[in-house]
Amino acid sequence: MGAEAGDGIQLGQGLNMQTLDLNELDVRTVNHQLHNREGGSADTEYEILNPMGRHAVAAGLDAPLKVHIRGHAGYYCAGMNKQADVTIEGNAGVGVAENIMSGRVHVKGYASQSAGATGHGGLVVIEGDASARCGISMKGVDIVVGGSVGHMSAFMAQAGHLVVCGDAGAHFGDSLYEAKLYVRGSVESLGADCVEKEMTAEHRETVRALLQQAGIDADPGEFRRYGSARNLYHFKIGNISYY
Amino acid sequence: MCGIVGLYLKNPELHDQLGRLFCPMLVEMTERGPDSAGIAMYHEEQGVGSKVTLYHHDPHFDWDEVVEEAERDLGVKVSVKRIATHAILAARDSSTDLRGWVERNRADVRIMSSGHTLEIYKEVGLPANVLERFGIAGMTGSHAVGHTRMATESAVTTEGAHPFNTGEDLCLVHNGSLSNHHLWRDWLERNAGITFQTENDSEVAAAYLTWHLRQGASVSEALEACLKDLDGFFTFAVGTRDGFSVVRDPIACKHAIMAETDDWVAMSTEYRAIARLPGVEKASVWEPKPATVYSWGRA
Repeated sequence: MGAEAGDGIQLGQGLNMQTLDLNELDVRTVNHQLHNREGGSADTEYEILNPMGRHAVAAGLDAPLKVHIRGHAGYYCAGMNKQADVTIEGNAGVGVAENIMSGRVHVKGYASQSAGATGHGGLVVIEGDASARCGISMKGVDIVVGGSVGHMSAFMAQAGHLVVCGDAGAHFGDSLYEAKLYVRGSVESLGADCVEKEMTAEHRETVRALLQQAGIDADPGEFRRYGSARNLYHFKIGNISYY
Repeated sequence: MCGIVGLYLKNPELHDQLGRLFCPMLVEMTERGPDSAGIAMYHEEQGVGSKVTLYHHDPHFDWDEVVEEAERDLGVKVSVKRIATHAILAARDSSTDLRGWVERNRADVRIMSSGHTLEIYKEVGLPANVLERFGIAGMTGSHAVGHTRMATESAVTTEGAHPFNTGEDLCLVHNGSLSNHHLWRDWLERNAGITFQTENDSEVAAAYLTWHLRQGASVSEALEACLKDLDGFFTFAVGTRDGFSVVRDPIACKHAIMAETDDWVAMSTEYRAIARLPGVEKASVWEPKPATVYSWGRA
């Protein structure tokens, strides 16, 4: 982009975009600027240059900002996100969008482990593959993965939707609560208490809407649905000998 | 925590720059392991058939005396290169058993490594200081493996730092913690005649690999066996004469990332250690799968 850090540059639609360069500013300073805009800047669109795998870039946002991260991000990128729309134009490290509350986090590349972990709301889109434990303990977030997810994905997932356009790794949905899981490809193995369920027109509509929101082109008719058998919800006296 | 890094230079034209490329990778892993650091450098030298890296805590230790004794006993010319608390003793002939001689005669010095090309340097302190102390940035070679340690299982000492030498030109670095290392320590002491220098769980993993390799297993076979026998969390990187191998435990809690271009292969606990290598923007970057052995090298 060629802009100096701190300079606003004009985009085609007249939006003023602020550039923050992590080769010149540390992560704390960049995040502080994104958190405390009332101190001066009225900008709502930012680009962050040279993330270079640094941790916690654009974490803890709580404003309707648009943030473009130009490169590969490190751990916990856009963690705890509220309202903001964060795009990572590269890969994301461990725990991208962990505990997201609302807004949108979009990874153009691949995501490492625990993407969208414990998320309460909002949308996480990963265009490539996500690694192990994608959506672990998710509590209401919607996650759409263009590729495949690794082992133990949606472990103890409580609410929200996980849509996987590729395959799912071993122990998918282990100890699942009420999150709804959709996979287009194969599932290596289902975790404890996770079962395949009937895919009705209503479910296809849910998948269609999520794919549309995510901007990923796939046929909702090709997905299969998985959910909790609810056998682990209550203690069974017959299992006493296991304790 | 702990951080591990590995860099293998496919392009021989880069061999002169190994240290310079490698040092920033290790420094980037400082937050993961500020207690101590270690580096395994693979460096072929003209006229060196066999070498050992030795350590003595006193930087003014009289290495000349050790060399004189070795030359007298072995009847060959032995060269010495001192680097801080370490010394590299080398002989022209690959059949000269420098390690065996040190083990039999000089219990007062520690053997860091032995082999044809391998040199291991390790010390307590911040990675940047350790690299500086040994002048790693100026070193040349084909590949290097490094470790930054945040001790969880045992004391912060030079001996407890990684890499651990697991046989001629072989070394191990470990990120994680093992839960059945006491069992294996006892078993290896009793059944394989292995002695241990520390209380470190990773030293047990190194000894376990050594034992398998001595039985004739390949590095890949030995690492496959780790998946069956070692309980706990681990990402292992093993340096070999020709390259390095990587394996993660089946749960794969301990992070790892790999990248490859036409010029090099790199592995690290985190991407940021790789982020500044030349040509990284065109590299293929991926996470090694759980319970899968990856190997690179000329072999």
